[in-house]
Amino acid sequence: MLGTGLIKGMAQTAKNFVGSYQGPERLVTVQYPEERLAPKENARNFPFLVFDGDDAQKGLRCVACQICEKECPPKCIYINKSKDKKPDYIGKPQFYPATFDIDISVCMSCQICVEVCPFDAIKMDKVFELSTTDRFEALLLHKTELAKPNEYFQELHPTEAAEIDTRFAEEKLKAEAKAKADAEAKAKAAAIAAAPKPEPAPVDGSIPTPVAPKTI
Amino acid sequence: MTGQLDQLFVSLKQWLVSFLPQAAQPMAGILLSISAIIGAFATMFAITTIMERKILGRIQNRLGPNRVGPFGLLQPAADGIKMLTKEDIVPFAADKLVHFLAPVVLIIPVALALAMIPYGRNMTAVDLDAGILFFFAVGSATELSVFMAGWSSQNKYSLVGAMRAIAQMISYEMPLVLSTVSVLMMAGTLSLPLIVQAQSGYIYEILPRWNVFTPWGLAGFVLFMIAATAESNRAPFDLPEAESEIIAGYLTEYSGFKYALFFMAEYWGLFAVSGLAVTLFLGGWNAPFPFLQWVPSWAWFFAKLGTIIFGFIWVRGTLPRLRLDQLMNFAWKFLLPMSLINIVVTAMWHFSRVFQFVGAREMRWVLCALVLAIPYFFLGRALGEGRPAKRNYKFAE
Repeated sequence: MLGTGLIKGMAQTAKNFVGSYQGPERLVTVQYPEERLAPKENARNFPFLVFDGDDAQKGLRCVACQICEKECPPKCIYINKSKDKKPDYIGKPQFYPATFDIDISVCMSCQICVEVCPFDAIKMDKVFELSTTDRFEALLLHKTELAKPNEYFQELHPTEAAEIDTRFAEEKLKAEAKAKADAEAKAKAAAIAAAPKPEPAPVDGSIPTPVAPKTI
Repeated sequence: MTGQLDQLFVSLKQWLVSFLPQAAQPMAGILLSISAIIGAFATMFAITTIMERKILGRIQNRLGPNRVGPFGLLQPAADGIKMLTKEDIVPFAADKLVHFLAPVVLIIPVALALAMIPYGRNMTAVDLDAGILFFFAVGSATELSVFMAGWSSQNKYSLVGAMRAIAQMISYEMPLVLSTVSVLMMAGTLSLPLIVQAQSGYIYEILPRWNVFTPWGLAGFVLFMIAATAESNRAPFDLPEAESEIIAGYLTEYSGFKYALFFMAEYWGLFAVSGLAVTLFLGGWNAPFPFLQWVPSWAWFFAKLGTIIFGFIWVRGTLPRLRLDQLMNFAWKFLLPMSLINIVVTAMWHFSRVFQFVGAREMRWVLCALVLAIPYFFLGRALGEGRPAKRNYKFAE
C-alpha cells in the first residue's frame, strides 16, 4: 500500500537520530584535526625519491635515466642529468639527477612514474596536509624536499620495501661475490703471470710425424 | 500573572505606542508589529539553519557542524558574515534589473503572508476578514519571483529550474488550497483568528477540539503538509534546485547577499505555510490540554511551529527526490482527487451531526475514515501502475 515504505524509512532515520545520541559508536565520522585515522598501506598521493644511507643527496637511488619524465602523463617531472658519476648502492658509477623537480600542482597521482622506474628510486607518498599560501613556488618540490630516507619508505609500504630491500641485498651480495671472484681470478692470473714459465718443449730439430688424415 | 505573560507583547506594544501622539499611534503600532515579525523570523531562520544541519547530521549518524562556538551554535553567524562579505556576481548577459528584483519580489509576499498568522491571543499583526484568501493570493506571487530569477539569469540550469518550479508550484497550489477548504467549511469563516477560536474548547473537558483530531482534519492536514512541502521547494520535492541534476536551479547565478536573501525568503515561506498549518489544523495557539493553559499562547504557537519544522527536516533527511513525472502524477492523480474526496467527507461529517444516539461519534469516525481509506488504497495502487516491470538482463547473469 502507498505509504508503507515511507513509514519504514522514517522509522529508520528516527532510529538513527535517537541512536546517535545514545551510542557514540554509531557515529561514522572522525573529528579530523584532533582525531586521525591511520592511512591504509595502499594509500598514495604524490611521488618522492628514496635514498639509502645518511646523506640524502649522495644516497639517492635515482640515476637520472629520465624514464619517469618521459612517461609522466601531465609532464610534471623535470630532470637534469649530471655530468659526472657517483657510485650507487653496489658501487657501480652512475649518473645522478642534478635537478629533480615535481610540480605537485600538476601531478595527478597516477603512479606511472613508480611503475616504470627500474631502480625503485621513486615511490608514492601519503602526506596530504600540503596546503600553502603560494601556489607556484611552494608546490614545485625540488630534489632536497623530495628526498626521503629508505626507513620512511619502509614505514609507508612495509611489504613492498621489504621485498625491495632483500632484492637489493641479494644483488649487493652477488656483486660482492662477483667482485671477489673477479679479484680472485685477477689475483690468480697475476700469480700465474708472475710464476716462472714451465719448461719449454725440447728443441731437437726433429719434425714431428704428421698425423695421418682421418678417412671419412 | 498568566494573563500578563500571555499578553506580554501586546501590552508592551501598547505601552510603547502610548508615548506617541494619537494620530501617529496606528502607524507606529503596525511598524512595531512588522519589525517584531521580521526580527523574530530572522532569528528563527538562523536557528533553523543550524538545527537543520545538526538534525540531518544525526539522521546520517554524524555530529553536524560543531566548530564555530560551543556545539557549533555560532555557525549561522559565521555563515551570515561569509554571505555578506562575498562578491555579488551578476552574469554579463543577465537582465540586471530583473535579476536584482527577483529576491526582493520573493521576500515581500512572504513577509505579507507572515503578517496574517495569529501568533497568540490578540497577536495577529493584520487581522483581515479574508485572511486566508489574502495568504494564498500573496503566496502565489512567489512563483513569479522564482521565474524572474530563472529567466533573468540567462543560464540554462536556472531556466530549467524555474520551469520545473513553475510546473510544480502551480500543480501543488491546487491541493494546497482545496485541503484548506474543509476547514473553512467547518469554521464558516475566512478569518484566521476566528478559525483558531473555532478550535478552542475541549471534548469531554480533556481532549482538544483541534481539526487534526477529526477524520477530515487528519486527511486534510496530511494533504496540506505534502502540498506545502512542494510549495516551499523542500525535499523530496526539491526538483527546482536539485543540486545533483541542475546545480542549484534558479539560484545558480545568485551569490552573496542576494543568495542569502533568497535562502531566507524560502525559509520564511516555510514558516508561513507551517504557521498556516498550525492555525488551520493544530488549533493555533490553543493549549492541547486544559491544565496546560497557564503556558502563554504564543509559546504554544511556536512550539507547534517548531514541531512542524522538525517534521520537515525529518522528511528531508529520509526521502529521496522524486522524478518530474512522478511529481506530476502524484499531484494530479492522487493529491487532487484525495482533497476533493476530503471535501465530501467534511460534508458527511457536518451533516451526520444530527445523529444523537450512543456511539454516534464513533460511528461517524469509522464511516468517514472508510470513505477516505478506500480511495486512498485504490489511488495509491493506481499510482504504482504503469511502472515498468523489473527488467531481466539476459546476458548480465
